[in-house]
Amino acid sequence: MIGATLAGPEVRSTGEGDRAPVIQLDDVHKTYYMGADIQVHALRGISVQVEQGEFVAIMGRSGSGKSTMMNIVGCLDHPTKGRYLLDGVDVSTAPKAELADIRNRKVGFVFQSFNLVSRTSAIENVELPLIYAGVGSRERRRRAEEALEIVNLADKMKNMPNQLSGGQQQRVAIARALVNDPAIILADEPTGALDTRTAIELMGVFQDLNRERGMTIIIVTHEPDIAEFGKRVLLFGDGRIRKDYDQRQLEVLRKEHHMSELGGSAGSWMDDVHEEDAQ
Amino acid sequence: MKSLAILRIAFWALGRNKMRSALTMLGIIIGVSAVIALVSIGQGAQSMIQQQLESMGTNVLMVWPEDTRGSGGARRNSDDEGTLTAQDVIAIRSEVPLVTAASPIVNANGQLIFGNRNTYARVQGTSEEYPLVRDWEIAHGEFFTADDVAAAARVLVIGQEIVDEVFDGVDPVGQTVRLRNLPFRVIGVLASRGQSGMGQNQDDTVVTPYTTAQKKLLGQALPRVNQAMMKVVSQDAMPFAESQTINLIRQRHNIVPGMDPDDFAVGNMSEVADAAQETTFIMTLLLGSIAAISLVVGGIGIMNIMLVSVTERTREIGIRMAVGSRPGYIRLQFLSESIMLSLAGGLIGVVIGGGASTLISQFSTMSTVVSAGSVLLSFGFAAAVGIFFGYYPAHKAAGLDPIDALRYE
Repeated sequence: MIGATLAGPEVRSTGEGDRAPVIQLDDVHKTYYMGADIQVHALRGISVQVEQGEFVAIMGRSGSGKSTMMNIVGCLDHPTKGRYLLDGVDVSTAPKAELADIRNRKVGFVFQSFNLVSRTSAIENVELPLIYAGVGSRERRRRAEEALEIVNLADKMKNMPNQLSGGQQQRVAIARALVNDPAIILADEPTGALDTRTAIELMGVFQDLNRERGMTIIIVTHEPDIAEFGKRVLLFGDGRIRKDYDQRQLEVLRKEHHMSELGGSAGSWMDDVHEEDAQ
Repeated sequence: MKSLAILRIAFWALGRNKMRSALTMLGIIIGVSAVIALVSIGQGAQSMIQQQLESMGTNVLMVWPEDTRGSGGARRNSDDEGTLTAQDVIAIRSEVPLVTAASPIVNANGQLIFGNRNTYARVQGTSEEYPLVRDWEIAHGEFFTADDVAAAARVLVIGQEIVDEVFDGVDPVGQTVRLRNLPFRVIGVLASRGQSGMGQNQDDTVVTPYTTAQKKLLGQALPRVNQAMMKVVSQDAMPFAESQTINLIRQRHNIVPGMDPDDFAVGNMSEVADAAQETTFIMTLLLGSIAAISLVVGGIGIMNIMLVSVTERTREIGIRMAVGSRPGYIRLQFLSESIMLSLAGGLIGVVIGGGASTLISQFSTMSTVVSAGSVLLSFGFAAAVGIFFGYYPAHKAAGLDPIDALRYE
């Protein structure tokens, strides 16, 4: 079940039709029922595919359904209607315990508020998913050390979360997300609690994981600067996907806005994206 | 592998809050040690009573004369109104084969004087088979013989307490004492036995041939006995020996069963022993259940702390679920925490309870018995308390929704 090792130099094939998409959502709806007759339609028919090795940024205003989408993609929640295939397997109706196993094997989470277990050392936090995967303690330690090396934190292994800076804590969280060699890494506002410089640094870590290791990464953010790291941007609005920009389209948008500065961190083109959403 | 790792997480979580864990355990510690100490007192009393009843002689059948004129069948022991005679006892001895020894008992209490000392002695007139019937050894000297009984000899065998009170270091055997103002020769001393099962001191007993008691001490016109004691061959033979004895006495007293009331009553020590055992057993049960209440209170303490802990660690639970912990693993983790608390508390409680009962037996007159049963019972009860009161908080933790738990502040 946990086949490939992390350290392996091989890069996952960037699915060119020969493999099923990592994520396939077919007309997914999510409706919350609050009380007798109040219904909240958080998702109103989402259909999207994410291929292996993609780096997707999801944008949208609060209440646009992007968090609900993340919960469903992360197997924390079931869709009310529709079908969700993760790595080719239909998980739309899997029972709770099975969902937990799927999260354990296929999904790595990074949260805005880091969500490390307090008073527990960095390496033990990274080992957490491996405990539930039933990996032996020695193997657990070895793989956790590897994961921490990938995020350049090998020297802080024994530190407690409160002895680490925000950026370092988030890197521990990334190490924890990738330690089980998951099919996707889901990051929900991963830079929301960090200053701009640290945020850019952290996005570099994600970018390396995507480029060098071919990991599929999905990031939810409301900051255009951060979204720019993505190779594809999904724009959410009112429970639907309003826009789906691929890399080429994003280039066009950038040019239109005469991005003068190198690296294009001004992010003015994103304002347009938001305006479209508002209409 | 997985369960072991989860147990380690639980253990580590308890270690993170040492003070809280210790205080939570305290409830169980007090409960278990109270159960063990109190039950040990109860069982100590039980075994003491058992010992004393055995010291009265086992397999002993007793017959008392009973007044037939009084209403309600109230038992009378008065010397001149009973109808039981020494000849009845002799007949039982010779005609009931299951009876291996028999002694009549004639009460003839009186003042016993030696030199310038005196005491009120509990005098029993009996036969030469008395030591056999009562399983009573002679510590010093000898017991009287059938010849002494036939001759109504003025000889005494005295209890240890009489020796201590009256003889003051003088060897009593061979001495002459005055009992009810008649001179008697002391020929033996009974071994010390302490209190009887009914709480009566047995060491102030003085025995003499029943003939001597009837003729010389009491001067009865119609020789009667107050009681007859028969040694039966075994415990199993008691019911047969009893019915045969009853039939024989009825026959001798011309009583038609069903028409005339019996003028005697039959009983045995095992009935007394059973009653005493039952009483002390109920006492032990009572003490144990009162202590068990504190164990339950300790369990509620565990539940309280576990509920606080689950609320406090909601976010941790959310994280664990997000990285792939099944709800069942969360349940196992929290349940193990409460079971570890109760087992550790139980273990410490066993040690403290055992120590306390040892101290009680050393510094008081109570004897205590710590039995494997009470240790297992209280330890098992503690474990059960841990499971019972730990289940709800653990179930609550396992039922948390990971999305809500992750957002919990």
